[in-house]
Amino acid sequence: MPENEVALSIRGLTTTFSNGNGGLLVFDGLDLEIADSEFVCLLGPSGSGKSTLLRTVAALLPPSSGEIRLKGKPADGAPPSVGIVFQDANLMPWRTVLDNILLPLDVKGWDPERALACANEMVGLVGLQGFEDVYPHDLSGGMAQRVAIGRALVHDPDLLLLDEPFGALDALRREQMGMELLRIWEARRKTVLMVTHDISEALLLADRVLVFTERPARVALDVRIDLPRPRLAELRYTAEFTQLARKIHSAIK
Amino acid sequence: MALKRTNKWLANHPLWLGVFSLGLGTLGWYAIIWAGELPPFILPAPHEVLARFSRALSEGILLRHAWVTLQEVLGGLLFGSGLAVTFGYALAKSKFLERLLAPYVIASQAIPTVAVAPLLVIWFGPGVISKVLVCALIVFFPILINTLFGVRNVPEELRDLMRSLQATPAQTFRMLEVPAALPVLLGGLRIGATLAVIGAVVGEFVGADKGLGYLLNLARGQYDVAMVFVTIFSLVLMALSLYGLVVLAERLLLRWRRPENEERIMIAEVERLQ
Ligand SMILES: Nc1ncnc2c1ncn2[C@@H]1O[C@H](COP(=O)(O)OP(=O)(O)OP(=O)(O)O)[C@@H](O)[C@H]1O
Ligand SMILES: [Mg+2]
Repeated sequence: MPENEVALSIRGLTTTFSNGNGGLLVFDGLDLEIADSEFVCLLGPSGSGKSTLLRTVAALLPPSSGEIRLKGKPADGAPPSVGIVFQDANLMPWRTVLDNILLPLDVKGWDPERALACANEMVGLVGLQGFEDVYPHDLSGGMAQRVAIGRALVHDPDLLLLDEPFGALDALRREQMGMELLRIWEARRKTVLMVTHDISEALLLADRVLVFTERPARVALDVRIDLPRPRLAELRYTAEFTQLARKIHSAIK
Repeated sequence: MALKRTNKWLANHPLWLGVFSLGLGTLGWYAIIWAGELPPFILPAPHEVLARFSRALSEGILLRHAWVTLQEVLGGLLFGSGLAVTFGYALAKSKFLERLLAPYVIASQAIPTVAVAPLLVIWFGPGVISKVLVCALIVFFPILINTLFGVRNVPEELRDLMRSLQATPAQTFRMLEVPAALPVLLGGLRIGATLAVIGAVVGEFVGADKGLGYLLNLARGQYDVAMVFVTIFSLVLMALSLYGLVVLAERLLLRWRRPENEERIMIAEVERLQ
């Protein structure tokens, strides 16, 4: 990959969690590169370190050793600008939809007028017009997750990190939200790193699918998904799709 | 059938239900006096208590003493909850501090306040200060525990979110910890408000020359049972008003909570108190 196209580069990442007996080696010299505007889905066995990777990239967890560069600059110097979406929306229940989306801009001390304009635009993008003043208690799971996506994107981060964002939704809602995410991604063209357990979700969304091995995690499979966009749900009944799905499935032990 | 309908109507009109239950209580009170042929120095009738109340009010002694007690209660609440919130927050943030101070915190709850009140009166005199301290002591534990839980229970993901946005500790405190801990903190304050009234009376029983507790003791000595009732009702009124103030504050500050949730929390709390 040419240097200027790399959005995220991970070199020799080693992460050890200290626990009672010795330590838990999650990564042992992991290398990974993600291109600008690429949509990458990450799969792997439970406990293989997918969430740990996301937390490390977001600089929430210092690596034992190794280097993480976002858009070329080391992540530990100037902190990375990332947006995070967790499995549960994790909204602030005392903030309305609009105020939840405003949170990153409040923290970053944006001029209130500009922040409000930006947040209102984001409310529109995630399809929540008319719900600006609703409190999270009154939102469905899917709507709450839309707010979480809006909150993750409003400050225009370099990288969007999603950790099983639709894992708590039912199958139908999950598929709808996946399509929503695609639409939003096409509007903003962010680099996306998304963890999921759902193979067909990964195939419908991603440019590239990574599969982790068991701990210590290495990349067991790295496939480019060249299925044509826009991808519709019917795609999953094509031979190409099933072939890819089988390949990914056999890579996850 | 008619009874059932009245029942339903009353359930939908809480104000009339209040009047109804008050009337029923008063009737029951009269019935007990009548059935037991009780003299006024054992159980005065409601109208006698009411008369004593208006006399105490017009003489000014009731308000004078109530004011002293109120000052003690408010002072104790302010001092006790201020201290409890500070300690609770520090304990929530530091495992080390928690381990260091936990024995004292638990001991502070195990000590019966009634037993410490005489000590406080010896040390700080029979004036207002010793009562403020008794109140502070009695409200300290519930508010400390609630603060501790409130801050501890802030979702780790929201902390991560704030960190990923490079929020300063002050921003995390103001935008996350305070609003997240507020419901639990106010719940503690609600319990504390009624406990503080008990604390003040206990302090006044031990040694005081002012306050409703003192007045109650005085009336008891003079077999002025009507006056004893008057002071008891005044104390209840004070405790309920303070409780109501906290509930009002909750309504204003926690508007984001759905009413159903609020009720559920209230029921859980009542169950805990019983
Ligand atoms: N803070 C921590 N301290 C100690 N061990 C941890 C910590 N966080 C994660 N681990 C361990 O590291 C390993 C990787 O965890 P991680 O959450 O990254 O897995 P995952 O791939 O996201 O799993 P899942 O698919 O179940 O979400 C697990 O064995 C987990 O128990
Ligand atoms: Mg995980």
